[in-house]
Amino acid sequence: MSTPAERIRSLRRLATSLLLATLLYEGLARSGAFASALLPTLATVARALIDGVLDGTLLAHAVATLYRVLTGLALAVGIGLPLGILMGRYRPVEGFFLPLASALMPIPSLAWVPLFILWFGLGNATAIGIVCYAAIFPMLINAWSGVRAINPLWLRVGSAMGAGEGTLFWKVIVPGAFPFLVAGLRQAFLRAWIAVVGAEMLAASDWGLGWVIFDAKEFLKADVMLAALAVIGFIGFAFERLVFGALERVTVERWGMVRAGKG
Amino acid sequence: MPHIELRDVSLTYDTPAGRVLGLAGASFDIAQSEFVCLVGPSGCGKSTLLNIIAGFLAPTAGEIRIGGKPVTGRGMDRGIVFQDFAQLFPWRTALRNVAFGLEMKGISNPQRERIALEQLRLVKLEKFANAYPHHLSGGMQQRVAIARALAYDPSVLLMDEPFAALDALTRDDMQRLLVDVWQASRKTVVYVTHNVSEAVYLADRVLVMTPHPGTVKYQVPITLARPRDPLSVAFIDYQKELLRQLSQTAEPKA
Repeated sequence: MSTPAERIRSLRRLATSLLLATLLYEGLARSGAFASALLPTLATVARALIDGVLDGTLLAHAVATLYRVLTGLALAVGIGLPLGILMGRYRPVEGFFLPLASALMPIPSLAWVPLFILWFGLGNATAIGIVCYAAIFPMLINAWSGVRAINPLWLRVGSAMGAGEGTLFWKVIVPGAFPFLVAGLRQAFLRAWIAVVGAEMLAASDWGLGWVIFDAKEFLKADVMLAALAVIGFIGFAFERLVFGALERVTVERWGMVRAGKG
Repeated sequence: MPHIELRDVSLTYDTPAGRVLGLAGASFDIAQSEFVCLVGPSGCGKSTLLNIIAGFLAPTAGEIRIGGKPVTGRGMDRGIVFQDFAQLFPWRTALRNVAFGLEMKGISNPQRERIALEQLRLVKLEKFANAYPHHLSGGMQQRVAIARALAYDPSVLLMDEPFAALDALTRDDMQRLLVDVWQASRKTVVYVTHNVSEAVYLADRVLVMTPHPGTVKYQVPITLARPRDPLSVAFIDYQKELLRQLSQTAEPKA
């Protein structure tokens, strides 16, 4: 658990690095080395951002993107997590799926977009499919590694106390692999977020933050592009800090299965 | 009638170097509520024998009966405690670790907590019921493990060097506590150790094992009254006798 003092220190560090980065950008934008249409000042970007938020369009785009990310991620977790655990637990399952995963994993999810468009058409189905593809492998591999990293004593003690295979799964294997499952979920979310923006640029019609960027390019609106990028960054950051940070604090950090921060 | 009976229990296993006879015809009886220590040099197969009694390993020959019933696998008539502190579930509080076996038995939640708390009281840890294992010291974790193994009321308690990783002072405390717990619960205990003084302190009877192939060669009943004084002449005589047996049975150095 972090103390309030630590939290304030971490916030201050965050503010410092953000401030330095924005100052650097602003200096570059004002230096006149680039056309202002290509490198708008922060004030222009902020105006685009505020306009987009106020008229609701940017929020609607963000909601569309989030819907795709979360649906695709849910599918990836729903398939990847149990499959990864089964692979870690049963050799035949591992023997069948591991080569398959190893072959599919290195293919960039965006390389599938043209095929997915042919199969599922433009729109949500393709974007969700791409997100799922991007997110499933980190979830799968982490769940698989997590099961193999479980202390065998836990399984031994559990079964000695009368736990059957199903009980062992829920009460020993899943919590025992939790540090890896959280790490897998984190990575899966990150990959999903990266994939969704790309998929939207290529496959989404009309809605989504990726589409906003792609569409703004046609009108040379760098400020809108940067505003959309800021929203993407912010949502990713918020999830990382609030959702995954909290999940880790109330589970594996509380259980002493990972150390809190450094030290 | 003995509570645990072993008849010619043998175990062979395959290694890259060929077949190895790990255990050769171990036979002995253990009475109800008796405290038996298995002593032997490392590699003599004492932990293997314990794992066979626990049902984690199946013997290649021979028979084991507990309460007259043949042992065919793991069962809730036996509780087990290992040496490794990490045997507790880190995601469960001390209380919920102890309650695990009761959960498996399908006992209702309030009753589960009541019994688990009782068991924690027996090992003097009721104040730490809601602590997670990583907040407990090694000795405390082993006490939780003992409470957990006793909570679902098995008739036999199997212990595999449970105090070997503790410092000497804590170990002395734990041995005293274990005798109290055993006297209160009247379980039949099979306790593996390589520490001769620990065996003399704890056991009603010490079985001495020899290696290659492992078997029970010799037994020493300890008739000292409890609580035992490790500095008394009689205590030290027992230690000497056990050490003599162990050095006789040890392999000659190459």
